[in-house]
Amino acid sequence: MEQKSDTFLANAATAMNDTAAAQRRDIMAAFTPIIRQQSIDGFSSYEPTRKHLKRVRQHTLNHLAHYLAEFETQALANGNHVHFARTPQELNSTVLDICQQHSARRIAKGKSMVTEETGLTAELEKAGLQVIETDLGEYIVQQAGETPSHIVGPALHKSADDVRQLFLDIHPLGERELEHTSDMVAEAREVLRTHFLQAEVGIIGANALIAENGYAMLVTNEGNGDLCANLPPVLVICTTIDRVLPRAEDATAMLRLLVRSATGQPQTCYTSFYSGPRRAQDQDGPVEVHIVLLDNERSDILDSEYRGILECLRCGACLNHCPIYQSVGGHAYGWVYQGPMGSVLTPLLTSLEQSAALPNACTACGRCEEVCPADIPLPAMLRDLRAREYTEKLTPARWRFGIAAHAWLAQRPRLYHSLSGIAVKLLRLLGRRKGYLRHLPFAGGWSSQRDFPAPQAATFMQQLHDKQRRERQRHEH
Amino acid sequence: MNDVSSDQSVPSERPTVALFITCLVDLFRPSVGFASLSLLQRAGCEVVIPGQQTCCGQPAYNSGDYRGARALARQTLKQLEAADYVVVPSGSCAGMISEHYPRLLEGPWRERALAVAAKTYELNAFLHSVAPARLPVVKVKTDSVAYHDGCAGLRELHVRKQPRELLHSVCGITVKELQQPEVCCGFGGTFCAKMPQISARMADNKLKDVQASQAQLLCGGDMGCLLSLAGRASRNGQPIEVRHVAELLSGDLSAPAIGKDT
Repeated sequence: MEQKSDTFLANAATAMNDTAAAQRRDIMAAFTPIIRQQSIDGFSSYEPTRKHLKRVRQHTLNHLAHYLAEFETQALANGNHVHFARTPQELNSTVLDICQQHSARRIAKGKSMVTEETGLTAELEKAGLQVIETDLGEYIVQQAGETPSHIVGPALHKSADDVRQLFLDIHPLGERELEHTSDMVAEAREVLRTHFLQAEVGIIGANALIAENGYAMLVTNEGNGDLCANLPPVLVICTTIDRVLPRAEDATAMLRLLVRSATGQPQTCYTSFYSGPRRAQDQDGPVEVHIVLLDNERSDILDSEYRGILECLRCGACLNHCPIYQSVGGHAYGWVYQGPMGSVLTPLLTSLEQSAALPNACTACGRCEEVCPADIPLPAMLRDLRAREYTEKLTPARWRFGIAAHAWLAQRPRLYHSLSGIAVKLLRLLGRRKGYLRHLPFAGGWSSQRDFPAPQAATFMQQLHDKQRRERQRHEH
Repeated sequence: MNDVSSDQSVPSERPTVALFITCLVDLFRPSVGFASLSLLQRAGCEVVIPGQQTCCGQPAYNSGDYRGARALARQTLKQLEAADYVVVPSGSCAGMISEHYPRLLEGPWRERALAVAAKTYELNAFLHSVAPARLPVVKVKTDSVAYHDGCAGLRELHVRKQPRELLHSVCGITVKELQQPEVCCGFGGTFCAKMPQISARMADNKLKDVQASQAQLLCGGDMGCLLSLAGRASRNGQPIEVRHVAELLSGDLSAPAIGKDT
């Protein structure tokens, strides 16, 4: 997927100017934390499960090669083909090869952020294949020529009116009203059914890989994943190496956290375990199954201080609770992953230089870390990325200068107190009449949006000093 | 109030409290510093104000200048470690000292940081649960008050009920609760200068919430948030009065509200 993270601030400004969309985001931001909280409140083992899963994930990542090998062995024994892809290009060409070997023309695709990461759809289309997204949100976004704005709800930025107009435009189905959202869902279902039946290859993602039995686990609310997996003769499952878990019970433990954190449901409508191709006695299912496991920098992340981000469940809770995501929406982040987890992952999977603004899109409010079911210290990781920007001189020069000058001065208390005393007196003089200043030298960022409250008569330290001197004099007399 | 403070007539001893004034209070609102000083004295403490204190290092830390932040952390620790307690009229600076210094420093300095962390309190939390004496009741002319929970105080230090209970017991004020009290106001230290438009939108959301609560006065425990909200309200022409909670608890509202004419 083409990256536009380097224009984060401009993207954000555009997003905030669309007041209707901004209002919808405000409603979502008020609503989603409530449904998550209700769901967590009704699940008495939330904290123990969170702690348990953290240990399991850490253990698995510590022995990732072992569990990947075990998964591969089991998956092969089940009759699957297993491919490892080091780079996005490798994943794309592996999948394209599979499609071409089967002379496929039509692909039914389930939701997969990994294939967004690699830009798979565009690659397949370049080779002349027709790829239809079958997750309703992904379908809407694809048909509108857009990109997902949320890792869980790709079309959350669209209103019902947007979708109605889109469907009326793209589906040649004659005069109709599509008055209710249920009418739109029914229409999408009808249209998509044809694609499921015609597709020669189905491509889906996976929420977890289970090492002990070689299964891939997928949750959906629409059942489209199962249709992609079971109707076409060939199934391709694309995911990343960090999704592997040792046991089936670990995957189900993860589900208990993932679904509640994502949508506030106790579980999704569909939870599927894909074991492999159809066996002799099976009546249906794919004839051939390929599992493609992408690395794309994850081995390097595993060896870095950002290893914890590999424990991310992709629930989207950090997006739903981030006031900055709420303000600017998902597209502003300019790539596949949004919000706090996206601001950590994007620089690590692409480059810090291209996405230098993202780690700064954080007030360290800590709400993401509080709700993260994987207990990932997202604000600390974002701060560490800013530290990397600082040492690699990606921080703008005037900021570096300002920060360094302030720290230098603050390490010289006497000088600091006398200079700050002078500065306060000056500001006081400028802002005394109204109590605030409209403009402030060297603080254009602040004064573009805010007045600057004028300081009181003198600094605390000066006033205290004067007071103590007066008291001493009184005692002496 | 806990047992320690319930017997106010005979405080067993006067603990020494180092008051870390914070750079924003020092520069922009000394009255909050004097209010804090007076509150701690009324609560039965011997207060010292280390004269070499400047900044806790948070701007450097959050901007990724860990070296600068470490130097300021060591300097600040040296100023504070002699006292029985360290009290800070700011959740984010208190959180910097108690949560982040131990992460930032290594070796013997980390030990010293942990020792100071264990006795560092945000002002409300200290007055509510640690101080030897209960605060005397004061008269405050307003009872239409909303409280802004700074994020660091709320999530790092779990300061939520303390200021509300203090405002109730000391000033007779029942805080008007916001719809989304746990949402950040958009200040975020250097964030508000780096991403002013996003920050302003977040402040506007917070101010809308305050307006809907029909409170006439917004108070809180963090000067950063308060300066930012007062500055945005002033730019928007919103008449809300913004003050630090220490001003209310001390009963002294003689200083004009933040950003108001003198």
